[in-house]
This record gives sequence, structure tokens and C-alpha cells, in this order.
Amino acid sequence: MENVSLTDKETIIETIDLVKIYGSSDAQVTAVNGISLKIFSGEFVAIMGPSGSGKSTLLNLLACLDRPSAGKYILAGEDVSEYSRKELALIRNRELGFVFQSYNLLPRATALENVILPMIYRRENQVSMAKRKEIAVNALENVGLANRMHHYPNQLSGGQQQRVAIARALVNDPILVLADEPTGNLDTKSSVEILELLHNLHGRGRTIVIVTHELDIAHYTERILMIRDGKLSSDVKNGKRPISPTNVQMAVSIGDQGGIQ
Amino acid sequence: MNLGEMIKSATKSLASNKLRSVLTMLGVIIGVAAVIMMISISAGTEATIADRINALGSNLLFINASFSRAGPGEGPLNQKGGLVYDDVAAIRNQISGVAGVSVEQQASVTIKVGDTTLEDVTVVGTTPDYTTVRNVQVASGRFVSEQDNERVQKVVVLGSTVATELFGNADPVGQTIYANNTQLVVIGVLAPKGLAGGTNFDNLIYTPINLVFKKFSPSMFARFMGDRVRTIFVSVDKDADMDSVSQQISILLANRHNVTLDSPDFSISTQEDIIQTQESTTETFRTLLAWVAGVSLIVGGIGIMNIMLVSVTERTREIGLRQAIGATPGDIQVQFLSEALILSLIGGLIGVLAGVGGSQLFGQLSDMRTVIMPYSIGLSFTSAAIIGIFFGFIPAQKAAQLDPIVALRHE
Repeated sequence: MENVSLTDKETIIETIDLVKIYGSSDAQVTAVNGISLKIFSGEFVAIMGPSGSGKSTLLNLLACLDRPSAGKYILAGEDVSEYSRKELALIRNRELGFVFQSYNLLPRATALENVILPMIYRRENQVSMAKRKEIAVNALENVGLANRMHHYPNQLSGGQQQRVAIARALVNDPILVLADEPTGNLDTKSSVEILELLHNLHGRGRTIVIVTHELDIAHYTERILMIRDGKLSSDVKNGKRPISPTNVQMAVSIGDQGGIQ
Repeated sequence: MNLGEMIKSATKSLASNKLRSVLTMLGVIIGVAAVIMMISISAGTEATIADRINALGSNLLFINASFSRAGPGEGPLNQKGGLVYDDVAAIRNQISGVAGVSVEQQASVTIKVGDTTLEDVTVVGTTPDYTTVRNVQVASGRFVSEQDNERVQKVVVLGSTVATELFGNADPVGQTIYANNTQLVVIGVLAPKGLAGGTNFDNLIYTPINLVFKKFSPSMFARFMGDRVRTIFVSVDKDADMDSVSQQISILLANRHNVTLDSPDFSISTQEDIIQTQESTTETFRTLLAWVAGVSLIVGGIGIMNIMLVSVTERTREIGLRQAIGATPGDIQVQFLSEALILSLIGGLIGVLAGVGGSQLFGQLSDMRTVIMPYSIGLSFTSAAIIGIFFGFIPAQKAAQLDPIVALRHE
């Protein structure tokens, strides 16, 4: 499974001295303190760090959910640092796919309806209702849930819900998929499935950034960014390791015993 | 997100909590129904009043005697003012554009025919023009004539109810009745007219006015006043100008009574004056009802706002998720606004049905008449929509301003 898009090295993410400060005057907390990094097209990157390291804040910034206090964030050549809430929402819709730790599916919508949701908020390339359904069905088939399309989230297992969420993250064909502790709520078997799925997506050329505190899960990515005290403490290229269920299972079980902390 | 999807999504979200949605709508339903019912009741009241006034006879002028110049203790007999019986003839003969002039003198009598006795029957002493002026029809026989009056004939015309009570289905014309021991010959029966202007014409009997002056124990007023009368009714020709006739009569009576027009001893009022008085009364009534109904609509709106605020809090995570996958603050605002709007519109629709049905039911079950005004449906429905937008705005604004990061973390 040779990665096609790794060769063209298009810059997807570029941050320049990114700073995020919370609070005002006396009670100021600098969560992200001058991070400069680049992530290229087709990369599978893990962001790691202990609690309070600022990795969540960094993810929020990269996810265009928040605006930096200083510095620049260039997403696919577009400087989004100063964008309004509305502009950020449109960027998220067009360019980003999200996978959350707690899945965040709408409880009163079926798997299919959940997957259709991001297409409803599209501003460009609006497609017909029938076409949306077709895309969503396709996406659900790709995550192996063709026979669960009309189930509600509470009728699905955690792993299945997360797969629905991954299908949802992909329907708008984003340039970047952001996963925040995607296996954090899952048992070992489901974690393996999800990691396999992400690995496959990466194999097909998707750019994926995953936030985790489990080093052994991070090891199955190509590159690990370590965050400490709001700064980038290390940026390590990870040797290509073939992913196999046993390896991941091991990784998850080790991770369960404490991970990096 | 287009309109169809928005409506679909909002309806789905409301349908997922049916009981709550229905309870929320209840406020609007009651408000809208109240507006429609209140307006239909007051419109019904107005229509009833208008009917009564019209039934008095069209183009009527009322000339009332006024004694305001009399000082206390002078007693009515010492007064110079007031209308006299001769004024009737004077108006009829000297004023152009007058269709009829009538005067009434009432007394209460006991009527006997054979074994049948009717107590406290009002006898109306009047003149031939009465039929024109009060717009009554003679069903059989004839009405009181000028000759009857001049000769003080002992004749009587019966109201339809009195005729039926005394003679059943038989024709009373030519029969005799006793009124306080005075023998009267029935010369005619009036067609049923019913209640008009507060008087039931069917329950009265009619004789020449001079007979009442002479034979029946008249009211206190009449006993003191002699041939003075309280009210003269003038029916104006359809083509004639009311104001002009009224002015001519004023001048004539002022001359006859030797008073100036600045301080007359009589007053002339038209039907229009009476209608205006009635209208101002009903307008107060209507305004009051409209306020009550309006307040209940606002209460309904507050109910919607309350539930929408709860809904925003409950669905914080959903809002965060929608924002994360690309919903703009505007999208979120529109979503919650359309939910509030749909609540109020469905509530409004049910309210309209309830209001129309309720008005009809009320009209049938009670004595009050109801008239459903089409504008009240439009008005209340539009108000419901405006209230939905107005009270949905704050919750929608609250939802739109949520920070996606905080919203996503909300438990």
C-alpha cells in the first residue's frame, strides 16, 4: 500500500509562532506558547502530550474551532488566523473532518442521517438530496456499516458509532481529518477496528492528525509531535511499522496501563 | 441548508418531544382562539345593537321635551316648556320632507275577554302615522285613523302576541275586549315584529291617543302635563335631508314655544346619535376584550421562549457538533427560530380552528350572538407568527452564540 500523495508534499497545515492565551490580565494562562509546525499532505500525525500540555488547545486551533491570540495559522495556503466565526464554520465544513472521543452523533437521527448532516451545511457544490444519500450510503459501506444505516446511535456499539462518525468526517471530502482521542472510549477490539480504519484511510492518501496520550497508539502514525507546556518539545519521524491487529492490541493494552503519563 | 430541509429538521426535532411541543403550543392555541372568539363576540354584540336600532324604523328623528329651564320647586305645571299635542299636527303640516309624525302616550291596563284576563298590558295611545314611523305592518283590519282620534273612538289594534293570547287562532277583528272596564272594538291586528329598540311591539295594544288621555289612568307624567307629550317621533322622507328637516323643526318649534334656538325647551336627536353612543360603548368593550386576548397571546409567546431556552440548554452538545461540522452561527439561529416559528404557526392554526369552532358553539349555546370576522383570523394568525419570531429570537441568539468548544464539552 504505497502512499501516493506523500510524494507531492503539499503543505496542509502551517503554523507560525502560534499563541493562545486564555483569561484576562491577572489570571492569564498561556495554553499554546509559540508553536511553529508544518504538516504535509498525506501525513498521519499524532499530537501527544500530558494533560494541561496544551495539546487540546492546539487541536482546537488546528480544527478552526478557536482563533489564535497571536501568530499565524495557514490551512491549505489560506491564512485563517483572523477569520470570523462564520468564515471558520465554512472552512470547517469544507476542509475538515472531525472524529471525537465521544462520537457526538445526533441521538435522534439514524446513522445515515448523521452522515448526511455535514452535506446539509455545504455552501459550495451543493448536491441533491438523492446524491447526498448516495454519498452517505457509500461512506457507510466503506466503514463496513452498510447493514446498520437505519439504526439509531443507541442501537449501535461504541465502535460502530465511531465508524459512523468517521464516515461523517469524510463525506465532504476534507483535506484534513482531525481525531481527538478516537479510541478513548472504546474497548481493545473496537480500538483495533478504528485504528485499522484510520490506517486504511491514510493508505488511500488522507491527511490525518490524531490527538492521543497513548504513546503506543501514536506509534502507529508516521510522525509524533510532542507538546509540553504549550511548546513543541519534539517532532519525531516514526519508522514505518506495518499495522496488524496483534500489534495494535498490544499497543492498546500497554496504553491502558498508563501511556505516556 | 434550504427552507424545506430546515422545516423538516425543525419538525422532526419538535416531533421527538410531542407532549412538550403540544403543551408549549397550548398557550398560543388559547391566545389565538381567545382573540378570534373575543372579536366574534363583540362583533355579534354590535350586529345585535345595529339590528335593534334599524328595527326602530329608518330615518327617524326623536324630539324630546326638555325642562332644563325650570327652577326647583316650580313644579311641572308652572313650566312653559315641553312639547304639546298640537306640535304633532304643526310638524306634519308645515315641514316638508316629513313622511310621518307620531306621538305616544302609554298607560297600563287590565284586559278581559270572556274568561281570559291579561294583567298589566301596556296600551299605546298614538296617531295614524305610528305605522310609518315605527315601521309596523297591519296584518288584518286597519290601524287607528285620524277620525278615530278626533272622535275619541273606543277602538283598539292588538299586537300579535296579545291577539293570540286572547283569541287563539280566530280573527279578532270585530270582537270586543274590556280594558279597565272600557269596552273597545278590535279594528286590527299587527303583523309580528318582535323586539326592536328594547320594545316588544307584539305585546302591546294600540288605541287613539285621545282615548288614553280621556279614559285610562295615564302615567304620573301625563297626569301632570295634560296634553303635553314627552316624545314626538318624526319619520323623514327617504329622499329628504335629515339635517335640513331637523333644522326646520327646530325653528318651527322654537317659534311655537316662543324660545330661542340657543336655549330650546326640546332636543332633537337622530338615529345616528343613538348609534354613535352605542358604538362608543361597544368600542370600549371591544378594546378591553382585545387587550385580554392579546395578553393571553403574549403569555403563550413567553411559554414558547421558556421551552426554547430549555431546548437550547438540553441540546448544547448537538449545537456544538453542528457548529464543528460547519453550521454557521446564522444556521444555528435559523434552526431554532424556525422551531419556534413552527410551534407558533401550528399553534396558531389549531387556535384558529378552536376559535372559529368555539365562536360558533358559543353563539349556539348562549344568548349572545357571535359573528366571525375574517380579519380576526388573519390578525390572530399573524400575531402568532410574529410572537413566534419575537420570543424565539432570544433562545436562537443564545444558541448561535455558543462557543463550539464549550458546547462540545457540555455534558
